[in-house]
Amino acid sequence: MSDITIKIKDREGEVHEIQAPTDMAMNLMEVVRSYELAPEGTIGVCGGMAMCASCQCYVLSDHPLPEMSYDEDLMLAEAFNVQDNSRLGCQIQMTFDLDGLEVELAPEV
Amino acid sequence: MIKTDILIIGAGPTGLFTVFEAGLLKLKCHLIDALPQPGGQCSEIYPKKPIYDIPGFPEVLAGDLVTNLMKQIEAFEPGFTLGERAETIEKQEDESFVVTTNKGTKHHAKVVAIAGGLGSFEPRKPQLENITEFEDNGVEYIIRDPEIYRGKKVAIAGGGDSALDWSIFLADVAEEVTLIHRRNEFRGALDSVEKVEELKKLGKINLITPAEVKALHGNGKLESISIKQEEELLDLAVDHFIPLFGLSPKLGPIANWGLEIEKNAIKVDNTLDYQTNIPGVYAIGDVNTYPGKLKLILCGFHEATLMCQSAYKRIFPDKKYVMKYTTVSGVDGFDGSRKEAEKAVVKSIK
Repeated sequence: MSDITIKIKDREGEVHEIQAPTDMAMNLMEVVRSYELAPEGTIGVCGGMAMCASCQCYVLSDHPLPEMSYDEDLMLAEAFNVQDNSRLGCQIQMTFDLDGLEVELAPEV
Repeated sequence: MIKTDILIIGAGPTGLFTVFEAGLLKLKCHLIDALPQPGGQCSEIYPKKPIYDIPGFPEVLAGDLVTNLMKQIEAFEPGFTLGERAETIEKQEDESFVVTTNKGTKHHAKVVAIAGGLGSFEPRKPQLENITEFEDNGVEYIIRDPEIYRGKKVAIAGGGDSALDWSIFLADVAEEVTLIHRRNEFRGALDSVEKVEELKKLGKINLITPAEVKALHGNGKLESISIKQEEELLDLAVDHFIPLFGLSPKLGPIANWGLEIEKNAIKVDNTLDYQTNIPGVYAIGDVNTYPGKLKLILCGFHEATLMCQSAYKRIFPDKKYVMKYTTVSGVDGFDGSRKEAEKAVVKSIK
């Protein structure tokens, strides 16, 4: 079994409990796209290069996330609606450590 | 009125390559793009990022791909309407189209190819309560004419290349330039960051970091802004406030053209020619959707090629056209240039 269970609150406030694969080199933004939890064209606009912040999310649970890269940090410095728990979904790879992860998608801007 | 055979909406890689494929069929093209330069996302978002899946290029920077595409289509003399957004489309009695931009530029074409990628890029606006009140009355999101800032007090917000580059440029134009950014670090080219630092030391740029603009004040016209720096609130008298927080794509007015839309993309009926539900209007590249669609530059090139063949048949219904290889027929530019494979030397055998 290579899936983990994560909870994602979409931009309408609905919480989705979904199975995210860990063996497909997917990041959180791609998982959100594959489950169509945000309209096409509103998430992952730059394709996952930490260059647009359209996949910004708030991390609600206490999980060991990958350290923020310089690019991600600077992108968040320019993004809107940033909170202390903001991360870019495209920079969070799906791994076993993230089983039970809970996130909320930041509003679309 | 600008007249052409194929009007291409969107000057990204797919739109640019359409000019080449149309050119092989002796069809003239004109491109419209909301951005001030060709290249779409490749130029605007990631010019310095390498792309690895363009056939024949093990690795190519997005900006270099655009440069190469521009060179490849040069001989077909495309026209460009840049910095304007295609706003309306009207079908004419003879089945041709007139497309008008937000600035009123009219284009007449026999065929329209929408190669708009994710849509037209709109500036990301900071969430300031009364910002719309001051738009074009002191607040601008895109600098079109730097001369309007001559001798004025200008505040720029943002931490990317645009904010840095325009701060540097306006330092010699405006009376006073203030650059405000939420962090002390900037997400821009190192030489631009160093230049801003130097101009700050010379007193030509007033740098306020880490800080954020929190309010705009004025009566009809912008007069000052409130800046929150750490816990302090500063008021700064300005004539212009220019937030440069990048662009986000929106399908925009195309969504109102009567095209079938599905998931923010234009539905095409088939993958034979990528024609939309409006005959004569095609959608190619990232802007379209159909079963099995992949949003890749590579796929956009393929779609552009098939679309041009269909456009040719639509424009010249009575003419027969046989697909030719450029290795055999060469490339005849509209500028009189000709490129063809070198002919083999013929020798008689005794």
